[in-house]
Amino acid sequence: MSQFAINLIFVGASFALYIGIAIWARAGSTKEFYVAGGGVNPITNGMATAADWMSAASFISMAGLIAAGGYAYSSFLMGWTGGYVLLAMLLAPYLRKFGKFTVPDFIGDRFYSTGARLVAVACLIIASVTYVIGQMTGAGVAFSRFLEVENDTGLMIAAVVVFMYAVMGGMKGITYTQVAQYVVLIIAYTIPAVFISLQLTGNPIPPLGLFSTHTESGMPLLQKLDEVVRELGFQDYTADVSNKLNMVLFTLSLMIGTAGLPHVIIRFFTVPKVADARWSAGWALVFIALLYLTAPAVASMARLNLLTTIYPAGPTAEAIHYDERPDWIRTWENTGLIRFNDKNGDGRIQLYNDVPAFQETAEARGWAGNELTVNNDILVLANPEIANLPGWVIGLIAAGGLAAALSTAAGLLLAISSAVSHDLIKGSINPNISDKGELLAARISMGVAIVVATWLGMNPPGFAAQVVALAFGIAAASIFPALMMGIFSKRVNSKGAIAGMLAGLISTVVYIFLYLGWFFIPGTATFANVEANWLFGISPLSFGAVGAMINFAVAFAVSAMTEEPPQEIQDLVESVRFPRGAGVATGH
Amino acid sequence: MVEHKKNAAAYWKANLKLIWISLAIWALVSYGFGILLRPLLSGIPVGGTDLGFWFAQQGSILTFIGLIFFYAWRMNKLDKEFGLDEE
Repeated sequence: MSQFAINLIFVGASFALYIGIAIWARAGSTKEFYVAGGGVNPITNGMATAADWMSAASFISMAGLIAAGGYAYSSFLMGWTGGYVLLAMLLAPYLRKFGKFTVPDFIGDRFYSTGARLVAVACLIIASVTYVIGQMTGAGVAFSRFLEVENDTGLMIAAVVVFMYAVMGGMKGITYTQVAQYVVLIIAYTIPAVFISLQLTGNPIPPLGLFSTHTESGMPLLQKLDEVVRELGFQDYTADVSNKLNMVLFTLSLMIGTAGLPHVIIRFFTVPKVADARWSAGWALVFIALLYLTAPAVASMARLNLLTTIYPAGPTAEAIHYDERPDWIRTWENTGLIRFNDKNGDGRIQLYNDVPAFQETAEARGWAGNELTVNNDILVLANPEIANLPGWVIGLIAAGGLAAALSTAAGLLLAISSAVSHDLIKGSINPNISDKGELLAARISMGVAIVVATWLGMNPPGFAAQVVALAFGIAAASIFPALMMGIFSKRVNSKGAIAGMLAGLISTVVYIFLYLGWFFIPGTATFANVEANWLFGISPLSFGAVGAMINFAVAFAVSAMTEEPPQEIQDLVESVRFPRGAGVATGH
Repeated sequence: MVEHKKNAAAYWKANLKLIWISLAIWALVSYGFGILLRPLLSGIPVGGTDLGFWFAQQGSILTFIGLIFFYAWRMNKLDKEFGLDEE
């Protein structure tokens, strides 16, 4: 059977499963549409949250980034998991107790202001729409590589599938498809990793393999990798970083941003009790950790594998001939994600770090520049081919990449459509709308959101990568602090909250635009995006944490200068703090 | 009612204390051992590198999981002790 047929079977079977779930889990009320009826088991919700959270970026890109950056990119590992600690202790249980459908619901009620609610809706929509673009383009890449269809055709197929289960089932359909998608993506991610770990270290558990001995050389794997990359002019894989302030703030921005992303928060509204929300956060992290503990192993092993493929006799000996390159390099060359340029005309593939410090060594070896460019994103997707695994594993990776992209896209689309139908239509425009009417509005908003996301996926703005920084920056600087202050302070009032959200939002967005271009239009950056220009060495990607601090400071200062929130709001804060419903009346 | 208020205040104080302790550990393993204190831990070898690297790529994640389950277990118990759990 051809590889194409195998891929088709795997992807087709997984899609059939998702559609089957869609038919089984139809939503009959707004409660089912927004929060899956509120009766989801905490472990099931943990699994759905893991799929909701782990996007194309986690599945496809993260290991490649860490492979390239080594220790310095550990921020992604700590940042994208540590946010769950904040979520479990600072947000999820209290927002669950509050017991409404959306994130702006809480901000609007707690700060007794339609203005605050609308600011929250705006932040939510900007953060979620930018995030969804990345998922759709990720799905497009997976389709075009594995199913040999045009990018746009692939996107249309994906959109139709998401449309079926998201529009029919709402949160209920999304929850159970996400569980299925988690299973598909985790199997797809770990199987190739297990084989590669076995091949390199003899240890079948990748996270243990990472710290064990490289069978071939008898040296510890990481030491071997350090040695190989050093010979080729790269920085040691395990080398420490000098700009620790930036690494701390970057990690913190990712953590706060994770905790503040609305599509993750609303997953915790689906469990029956406050106690379940706490457990559920723990389960979510367990399921996420299965991938996040495997990723750094995949990163280092794939980097070593790649370099030993290019330099079969070691980095100090000759590189391989271009004509003798392995099949997977040929396959990926077709996609343009691997490129070879024989600069010194010797027919061999020299891969090294083309920096001034290494120039002398390179010239002495007769090298005229780095000849192989490898896109970070292919590392995970090409893993089974690099390790010579059978065709069905490649089919599994295709289904897994699509599962990661689609599960996150569906979660984001639900967050967007519920903000439109619940917060804008029911909350502001037509408060008297019936439950049936609102359910229809929710379905229509979902349909429109899918069309917009698909269109954006087909015509991605050239700045898709930077835009993800914007999504995290906004979640960290505007949404997280507002939610946290709403729970932990009775004194922060509506003026303080709105001023704080706007200050955090504007400072973060302006700082990002200063270095990455105003509205991301190329050539409009005020300063070149290099470390020497950054304020105190803080990169635009790390600024979300600073924006959050500005938000807190402004909100407290403005609140201190203005009146206390009314008594019923203080009672509302009391009531979200205690799981028992009878404690204090919430005014209804 | 006064009794109830006192009880609620004590519960909230206990929750805040638990959060402070947990977040101190959260920060210590990630920002501390994983980043800022890594040079201090460089003498402790772990599989070809040092303990700081291990915390940055594995140890912190494992600690986070432990922290959340500990917090959930402890809080769910406190809910009952203070009579504030959901029926």
